[in-house]
Amino acid sequence: MSDKKIPNPKTYKFDTLSLHAGYQPHKNAGSRQVPIYQTTSYLFDDVDHAAALFNLERGGHIYSRISNPTVAVLEERVASLEGGTAALATSSGMSAIFLAVMTLCEAGDHLVVSSQLYGGTVNLFRLTLPKFGIKCTFVKPRDTEGFKKAIQKNTKGIFGELVGNPGNEIMNMPEIAKIAHDAGIPLMVDATYQTPYLCKPFEHGADIVIHSLTKWMAGHGSSMAGILVEGGNFDWMQNDKFPTMTKPYEGYHGLSFAEEFGPTAFTMKARAEGMRDFGPCLSPQNAWNVLQGIETLSVRMKKHCSNAEEMVKYLLGHESVAWVSHPSVPDHPDHALAKKLLPNGRGSMIAFGIKGGKDAGVAFINSVKLASHLANVGDTRTLVIHPASGTHSQMDEATLKFAGLSHDMIRLSVGIEDIEDIKNDFEVGFRAARKPRLVSNQ
Amino acid sequence: MSKNPETIALHGGDYRSDPATTAVAVPLYRTTSYQFNDTDHAANLFALKEFGNIYTRIMNPTNDVLEKRVAALEGGLAALTVGSGQAASTFAIMNVCQSGDNFISSTDLYGGTVNLFTHTLKKLGIECRYADPADPKNFEKLIDDKTRCFYAETLPNPYLRVFPIKEVSDIGRKHNIPLIMDNTAAPVICKPLEHGAAVVVHSLTKFIGGHGTVIGGCLVDGGNFDWTADPKRQPLFNEPDMSYGGAKWGEVVPQLTGANVSFAIRARVCLLRDLGAPLAPDNAWGIIQGLETAPLRMKQHCSNAEKAVDFLKKHKSVDRVIYPTLHEGEIAARSKKYFKGGNGALVGIEVKGGVKAGKKFIESLKMFYHVANIGDARSLAIHPATTTHSQLTEEELLAAGVTPGYVRLSIGIEHPDDIIADLDQALNAAG
Amino acid sequence: MKFKVNGNEVFASTGGRPFDKNKPLIIFVHGSGLTHMTWVLQTRYFAFHGYTCLALDMPGHGLSGGKSLKSIEDMADWINSVIDAVGFKEASLVGHSQGCLVTIECTARYPEKIKTLSLMGGAGAIPMNPELLTLAENGDPKAVDLMMDWAHGPAGHFGGHPVPGLYHINTGGMLAKSRTIKDTLAVDFRACDNYKNGFESAKKIKIPTLSILATDDKMCPVKEGKKLADLIEGSKVDIIDNCGHMMLLEEADRVLKVLKSFITTNYPSKNL
Repeated sequence: MSDKKIPNPKTYKFDTLSLHAGYQPHKNAGSRQVPIYQTTSYLFDDVDHAAALFNLERGGHIYSRISNPTVAVLEERVASLEGGTAALATSSGMSAIFLAVMTLCEAGDHLVVSSQLYGGTVNLFRLTLPKFGIKCTFVKPRDTEGFKKAIQKNTKGIFGELVGNPGNEIMNMPEIAKIAHDAGIPLMVDATYQTPYLCKPFEHGADIVIHSLTKWMAGHGSSMAGILVEGGNFDWMQNDKFPTMTKPYEGYHGLSFAEEFGPTAFTMKARAEGMRDFGPCLSPQNAWNVLQGIETLSVRMKKHCSNAEEMVKYLLGHESVAWVSHPSVPDHPDHALAKKLLPNGRGSMIAFGIKGGKDAGVAFINSVKLASHLANVGDTRTLVIHPASGTHSQMDEATLKFAGLSHDMIRLSVGIEDIEDIKNDFEVGFRAARKPRLVSNQ
Repeated sequence: MSKNPETIALHGGDYRSDPATTAVAVPLYRTTSYQFNDTDHAANLFALKEFGNIYTRIMNPTNDVLEKRVAALEGGLAALTVGSGQAASTFAIMNVCQSGDNFISSTDLYGGTVNLFTHTLKKLGIECRYADPADPKNFEKLIDDKTRCFYAETLPNPYLRVFPIKEVSDIGRKHNIPLIMDNTAAPVICKPLEHGAAVVVHSLTKFIGGHGTVIGGCLVDGGNFDWTADPKRQPLFNEPDMSYGGAKWGEVVPQLTGANVSFAIRARVCLLRDLGAPLAPDNAWGIIQGLETAPLRMKQHCSNAEKAVDFLKKHKSVDRVIYPTLHEGEIAARSKKYFKGGNGALVGIEVKGGVKAGKKFIESLKMFYHVANIGDARSLAIHPATTTHSQLTEEELLAAGVTPGYVRLSIGIEHPDDIIADLDQALNAAG
Repeated sequence: MKFKVNGNEVFASTGGRPFDKNKPLIIFVHGSGLTHMTWVLQTRYFAFHGYTCLALDMPGHGLSGGKSLKSIEDMADWINSVIDAVGFKEASLVGHSQGCLVTIECTARYPEKIKTLSLMGGAGAIPMNPELLTLAENGDPKAVDLMMDWAHGPAGHFGGHPVPGLYHINTGGMLAKSRTIKDTLAVDFRACDNYKNGFESAKKIKIPTLSILATDDKMCPVKEGKKLADLIEGSKVDIIDNCGHMMLLEEADRVLKVLKSFITTNYPSKNL
């Protein structure tokens, strides 16, 4: 090493990692684009090689349920973008959450969970996991002290989405991370709506990050996928809360994941047990599709955010709009926190109230022609949904309110079309909303 | 619809051509979401008043074709595709058991299923009790009031003792306990639903997919089990589900659909929804291709296997050959009773000279592939004691019947002369 | 496994098998600021194929107690104490980077105890850039980031870890940050910089020795590694293409293959 003045580290940065991380062309027949390894199995050199792979003595692939070369590129790429040590891809966001929970917990354990989450996740925690002995306590995301109070002796982690669903409440991630760490448990954050472009939860104390890659990461609404990413900073051996991580595991001849794999212990265990046994593996084709989307992550997120900011301005001034919810709205209660945690943009999910209540909402949804009415978020195309008449139509007023919804709420996932076209389409919707009785359902 | 598998493999289910374009080959719907016609349509879909496409985690039109076709192949009423065979086994149990419940499984299982049942489902508070299928009554002995189902494989590794399907199913039905059969190793030649099984699961990765390219699994609902006959025995089908406004699956599904497919529907709208292990439409498409030739391939696999068995029985370097028809008495009779048109492609051998010879044999094969898989068009071989079953303890290994020198062959559809030639030269090298 | 040396608790991974007095002992010594985990793709293999493995956490590093040792000479003596503490009379040593300096010095000092020596990314001396030393001594995480940058070859910068889903550079970085930089990395860097006996000690080594070097190793370039190997009678050299300083992770399979062949030939186990 020379005596010259020390430069900054030249490790690759975000935009470069999005295109390159996890893949070496010279190890793949020189192919510049990632090949799709549409195979189930891999040839062993000899019996020794096979046995070594099964016993985790050597790295490599055994069977595509457990790992696959195309999927591995995706896992490394997302780990690198998040600043994490390792990642495990799954067939959907829900399976990523399930595997993460199963890696931490068993029957008799408890989790503290934000109450403002994607409805499917609420359902998993509130109704399904308890059937299998895993209970949780819900806390409103702004109630930081509430997270602390809810921790019990058998609590194994805290889970939340950084920006609440549907009300856009922002979790005080650094404070809640501290609360979790003081109690000797990890913080898991579902950062689907942010992607690492807008926020890197590990930088704010999170220990596990989860994505539904299906959404903004993959970007094009074509492929289901999920991922869990490990920060590598959590000390599993600091207490005896995680015996399956720290004690010798019979399944692998007495392997202690924490001792042998340290900063990648969680991911190694999630793969070697959860993925191996529950099997929600990602297809290599889907992994490839997600990688294509990630290549343009920065570019798309910039446009999603700038379009969203324009839509917020447009809606705020609009005669047909009663209220707008988005972290960039000037009187948003978490404005300062948003600036700190989401410096590059506040995301592209907007909720707004349409004047004229439920009927107006129905008319609006049924009249827009460019925005798509479907159950998804984070597509390149603009999407809208009116929970009170669609996804949550069976709920009464009180239950709607409890879920943070209302009769007039429309949820908008702003796409990357030309902003004028989006606004023009909305004008069509608002015009119809002002005369709801003239627009009936087909 | 024909009852002949060759025809079902191409036409089974209600797909005739793509409704949007009249294309005959199944289109690949590489989409996550589906546009609602209007808000009423959305509301009806979410309230389960109407069935239709909402989100690919839960359903997809390409997968739908595969589901209906596999259901037809097995003679069932409905099916659900999932990401892998393991996911299918997981869902099968979690669809009937909750924390505090137990189920009874055959001792003869794939090592990965043993791990799932013994260690991993335990973490969800679900207990697995093992019964030796040599005597079907062993299943009855372990029943208590929290037993929810029986589980077994029709043609299990390594002993290839065909499972007594009807005998165990009858015992189960006496107690309103459904029998779940993993038919991965014997599609087309065995139809568990005809013998009383209530549910069939597959690793579609194997003989049905056929080419070692795609990972996938499925559950088939036989439509022949009464989930409401004993509500205390099947609480998940008779107690209100608060995530669906208090719906009781055993009642609601027949009402909504006119068919007794509560198992398949609950697995889809509860388990796939919450645990999300969907099969990618690309994978479904790949499996549809493979399925088209599954009956033809099974014929070839089975006839090649018989020829290989005849050859191996006479070879000086082979101590013992394991094949469904080579067992004794009652156990051998089961293959006659439950298999039609062949006895499968799996063959076990004990190479003379134990572990060392087994190792030399594997490493001498030139055409057979040494991989962790079965049911590929190519011939495959593996030494379980050091690989697929290496994570079991010595007691568990012996309980699973894996001896140190045992080699498992999955006979492919190459020309039988070439298969025998490769086995011959490798056995000679090991001897 | 935990045991005591000089009154302080020491952690060593035994590669997943219980510590066994009846099998030949291999001791793995990690590089600056790191831990036993850098050896995970070698230790498990040897532990399951007839050897007793101890991948040590040096004092003050990883899960070990005590304070970081200040000189390579002290570290070499400490390795000898480890061999005594676990009740063995001899061992094979494997070192990486700084661990090479330690194991060379140990072999030179205790020739009757060491049976084979394997050096990954070694050199006779590792002089440190003074700015890097200062950063480390100030506890600045930039020191770790720089080390990770330099320690990985161009291929390693992209990734492609042999264990699916693991991302090299961040994993290594986390290991290096797992204890206080000032008390581990900085002390190690200073010790490397101060060590001048490398070439003299190498000349004293008469046992089978292996050097594994990498063409993109910026920290201990091939030229330096060869210079060292030339001083050791009969030593073998293996050079890996397209690989950086962290060869035991970047090209784990190749390293294991070479190491396996070398150790089983020169220090065979009866318990295979």
